Amino acid sequence: MAAARRLLARPGPATVIALLAIGLSAFLVAYQPRSVMAFLCFQGSILVLYFAHVPAWLKRVLGILTLGILMPALGSINGYYLEVATQVGIFVALALGLNIVVGLAGLLDLGYVAFYAVGAYTWAIFASPQAGKFLPSLAADFPLAGGWFFPFLLLAVGVAGLTGMLLGLPVLRLRGDYLAIVTLGFGEVIRVLANNLDKPINLTNGPQGITPITRPPLFFQPVLQAVGIDAPPSLLYPLYFYFLVLAIVMVIIVVNRRLEDSHIGRAWEAIREDELAAISMGVPLVRMKLLAFACGASFAGAMGVVFSAKQVFINPESFTFLESIGVLSMVILGGMGSIPGAILGASVVTVLNLQVLKGLSLWLNSLRNAGVTILGYNLAYLPTQLEPAKYERMIFGIILILMMIFRPQGILPARRRSRELGEP
Amino acid sequence: MPLLETQDITKRFGGLAALTRVNFALEEGTIASIIGPNGAGKTTLFNVLTGVYQPDAGSVLFRGTSLVGRRPDQIAALGVCRTFQNIRLFANMTVVENVLVGMHCRVALSILDVLGRTTRFAVDEGQLWRKAGTLLDTVGLRTKANEVAKNLPYGEQRRLELARALASGPALLLLDEPTAGMTQGEARSLMALLRKLIAEQTLTILLIEHNMRVVMEVSDKVTVLDYGEKIAEGAPAVVQKDTRVIEAYLGRKRWGAKGEPTHA
Repeated sequence: MAAARRLLARPGPATVIALLAIGLSAFLVAYQPRSVMAFLCFQGSILVLYFAHVPAWLKRVLGILTLGILMPALGSINGYYLEVATQVGIFVALALGLNIVVGLAGLLDLGYVAFYAVGAYTWAIFASPQAGKFLPSLAADFPLAGGWFFPFLLLAVGVAGLTGMLLGLPVLRLRGDYLAIVTLGFGEVIRVLANNLDKPINLTNGPQGITPITRPPLFFQPVLQAVGIDAPPSLLYPLYFYFLVLAIVMVIIVVNRRLEDSHIGRAWEAIREDELAAISMGVPLVRMKLLAFACGASFAGAMGVVFSAKQVFINPESFTFLESIGVLSMVILGGMGSIPGAILGASVVTVLNLQVLKGLSLWLNSLRNAGVTILGYNLAYLPTQLEPAKYERMIFGIILILMMIFRPQGILPARRRSRELGEP
Repeated sequence: MPLLETQDITKRFGGLAALTRVNFALEEGTIASIIGPNGAGKTTLFNVLTGVYQPDAGSVLFRGTSLVGRRPDQIAALGVCRTFQNIRLFANMTVVENVLVGMHCRVALSILDVLGRTTRFAVDEGQLWRKAGTLLDTVGLRTKANEVAKNLPYGEQRRLELARALASGPALLLLDEPTAGMTQGEARSLMALLRKLIAEQTLTILLIEHNMRVVMEVSDKVTVLDYGEKIAEGAPAVVQKDTRVIEAYLGRKRWGAKGEPTHA
């Protein structure tokens, strides 16, 4: 471990190792497209690149190559990997948004997924025949054409941001556990509203959910056809959503970093550290808290639009309390207040849930079906209560507990930036 | 016109009268001290002046503007800043970041400047950092600029709190027991620093202090509070001899059964 770290700290060997890791693992995935281990190696190689002391420009080039070319290429070999990568991106965006509220401003929000729901329903209602049900006179105009997707992406950012402020207003005087309870309630209110607003006016279509939701147009398809690539939409859409999510995540990272490294980010952190001292030093508590809620919410709103378009179908079940807790665990696992931490936390938890734990339970299940005997016990006789699929949540819980015991500050805790002071 | 003037400030907490009709004026460019036994209402007075508490009655005028009904951040922006009795730094932020937060109300950048990284942002942010550097020079913490505040030794944390309070460029500085827990030498060097600040810039200082030697040395005026009431005010030498002040600190002379003086 220490030796590996030392190697990664030197530019020469680090570059070689990072290149080898990416190249070999990508080859492995291409060679064994069904192997989860191979794909995990590929994901790990991105991590190696992040930690390796490679010159900044080379790191950027390799990052773009890996995420922009290798990943979609591997995704076209095994479509599921692209789906995993897209989901990781969505959760990275959510974790980065929540990181502002919880990690920077220190406002514990247990209902964060509500803003995701607001974004998702903003697009879903108008991009499906749903809007026609409560606007019968305009029914012919709905669903909206795919071209409205990007205006709605911006609109959802605004709507979710406003919702964030609305939530912020009543909870301004609350802190810590009280705030957590109110936000938890707020999250449930939004879900219950989505569940029940099918009467008297059918806004959300209740528990049946909304479908079909228009997807954004494949505006680049004519260009592809012109250069001789004639791919069907079923192949193009996963790629399109992958790049869309990647682009939005990039924007969110830039926004996050700029906010963090400004008087706004410093004010948020000051509020987290000591509210009374912050307001006494001239930090307008109300405005800064509302801004934190609005910023965090707007990221979730944008991703909500993408999510609803990607899934083509949404219902309130996608926005449960457990989702909020999931995003929160990503932020805490990664390291509160740390942008790389939130990204890594979201990636680890998503991959853990979608691949590692699922793979584990599939493997155990296959052992069971094959009737393998372990320690003299034939797994085929395992009662259904102990089905491997049921271990998934338990193992995830154990991982969380162990992390909090042995590394409470998270995988990549926020590091204070050192900076030279200007000469007076 | 005095820089700060209070009239009949009253503040009650339930049945407890923390401040009762306190009248108080502070001339520009002076150092005044508030003394009094524990629980006399000194910190409550600070909290009323800085908007943390709203008075139940009375008025506070700063340069002729009423401070009553204003929030602490607005009062800070008007030019009244403070330190705390028990140090309240932003513990997990660096030394220089602590000072930068203190300048928050002087930053004129919008969120668009921040997101767009405009030239205005670069210029203003550069100025902030330079000013923070100067302030850290003043309190002798420049070399520790990038250290996390909670890792500083106690005396340096006190000085950092002072730098943070100075960061917004206040006209009136309220210091709540700045020398608490300091050695006599540290206290003296801090007072020398305060005097230097007053000489260099137009600054008025109001101190809460228990260290009588400091109070008597630096104050132009001393105000004594006891049970929320002002019981004496004047030059240090005068206040020192005031019988009510001596009683407040040491207790009243009473004649016991045997005619011996005892202290209550």
